[in-house]
Amino acid sequence: MTRLITRRRLITGAAVAAPAILVGCDSLGASQSFRDIVLSSGEWLSYKVHRMIGGDALAREYDPSAMSPFFRTNGNTMPRSSEYAQHLTEGFANWSLQVGGLVTAPRGYTLAELKAKPSRSQITRHDCVEGWSAIGKWTGVPLGTLLDEVQLAPEAKYLVFRCADDFRGTAYYESIDLVDAFHPQTILAYGMNDGDLPTGHGAPIRLRVERQLGYKHAKFVMAIEAVASLSGIGNGRGGYWEDVGYYDWYAGI
Amino acid sequence: MPSDITAKEAPRGGDLVRRHRLSTRLWHWINAGVLLILLASGLMIFNAHPRLYWGEYGANADPAWLQIGSMDDQGYLRVGTSEIETTGFLGQWRDETGRVRTRAFPSWATLPSGYNLALARRWHLTFAWVFALGIVIYLGWSIVNGHLRRDLLPKKTELKPGHIWADIKHHAMLKFPRGAAALNYNIMQKAAYLGVIVVLIPGMVLTGLTMSPSMDAIWPWLLDLFGGRQSARSLHFIGAALLVVFFIVHMVMVLLAGPFNELRSMITGWFRLPKEKSR
Repeated sequence: MTRLITRRRLITGAAVAAPAILVGCDSLGASQSFRDIVLSSGEWLSYKVHRMIGGDALAREYDPSAMSPFFRTNGNTMPRSSEYAQHLTEGFANWSLQVGGLVTAPRGYTLAELKAKPSRSQITRHDCVEGWSAIGKWTGVPLGTLLDEVQLAPEAKYLVFRCADDFRGTAYYESIDLVDAFHPQTILAYGMNDGDLPTGHGAPIRLRVERQLGYKHAKFVMAIEAVASLSGIGNGRGGYWEDVGYYDWYAGI
Repeated sequence: MPSDITAKEAPRGGDLVRRHRLSTRLWHWINAGVLLILLASGLMIFNAHPRLYWGEYGANADPAWLQIGSMDDQGYLRVGTSEIETTGFLGQWRDETGRVRTRAFPSWATLPSGYNLALARRWHLTFAWVFALGIVIYLGWSIVNGHLRRDLLPKKTELKPGHIWADIKHHAMLKFPRGAAALNYNIMQKAAYLGVIVVLIPGMVLTGLTMSPSMDAIWPWLLDLFGGRQSARSLHFIGAALLVVFFIVHMVMVLLAGPFNELRSMITGWFRLPKEKSR
């Protein structure tokens, strides 16, 4: 009796099938609709589940002895705009953070005003989407403090962060939802490791949103805008890397 | 002496018997596809930072216990202080167009084939849900329907050193059980399947979750269980390597035991007991 499945056939079949599946997946992944329908479902599911079971759970805060001896930078480390260069030479004396959009009382905050507010310091782990982690100490003003002052309009659903740095001419931008915006560990950091926030890490302020990956932690923040929807921001995916690189908007995983 | 006590006779070599229930077969084939996608996309994610550390933190300035890289015109794999040259398949290799690339894993092994961390994460973190829900449902169902206790947990007698040693020898001599003895998994099979179902796969899910900053806030015990996020990342990589080893041994055993019968049993559920050797 001739067997349909012989050892040789099975080995050949498996050796052909595995690469064939990967090649098939490769071309599926190139399809926009497959990406939007299938490959976005994991992000959506993780976001919903984390919000459902996570609430205001705090990211771990570490002992000073656990800090990284060296905290590397990444992304842009020096904005190219002349406006930023001017602020840098002036020690950010004439810089101010604009908070506007869907708020009742839009206003600007000078660095001195931000530093005068009750601050929060936290030693947390920074996880880059690439895979590395570094532990550092961040000091800043809780974002919720500012939001309470400017008073969000009821239709505001997201906060968009506008930055001084750019990639190929596009200024960096990121966005978070209001759960993260009002999270107690979400701060606008002006200090790092007990000193001023270094330029490479986003001076004068960078966002710390501790339950998400590094690219959400916008550096060189110049303005914060409350919006009802992300569809009008950039290409509508909520952030620079989300728009140009198809990275997940929800970077909690 | 004719026996009319049992209406049904005990199955003998050559009989077709029900081997795998539907839940096992479904889970098996879903996993076969999902694991391939997770492995290939995982290798691409590793390519974004081809270094592994122990502890909570770890970045370029910190000592890596494993690193895949390239220097001059050579690719290398470094583990601890030992280094081997891997030009051609790790660290430095030629892509389909013949161009030299210096990523860790080559394009034929990754999903997507070309460097794309964002897309690899989409594949990985979408199909991780299928993988994680799969093991939770399968493990739960196997406890409820008795599969775990009846078929996978070793019996007391099987745990005796003499029994284990005999089974190791049988495997080494490629002597597989025949007739009614082939109805049950042997102790080596039980150890392999239990190890994968109870330890390795749940471990992959949990180390994967430990890499999520949000999950670390929700379940901080994850960090304590694995000794930090970077340790979890290292263990996730080691676990993936062990799953590949399991897959290779699994394939060899299927080929040795008879691929037609084994495949049929995992597709239709029906398994033909190997005939007893007649002397």
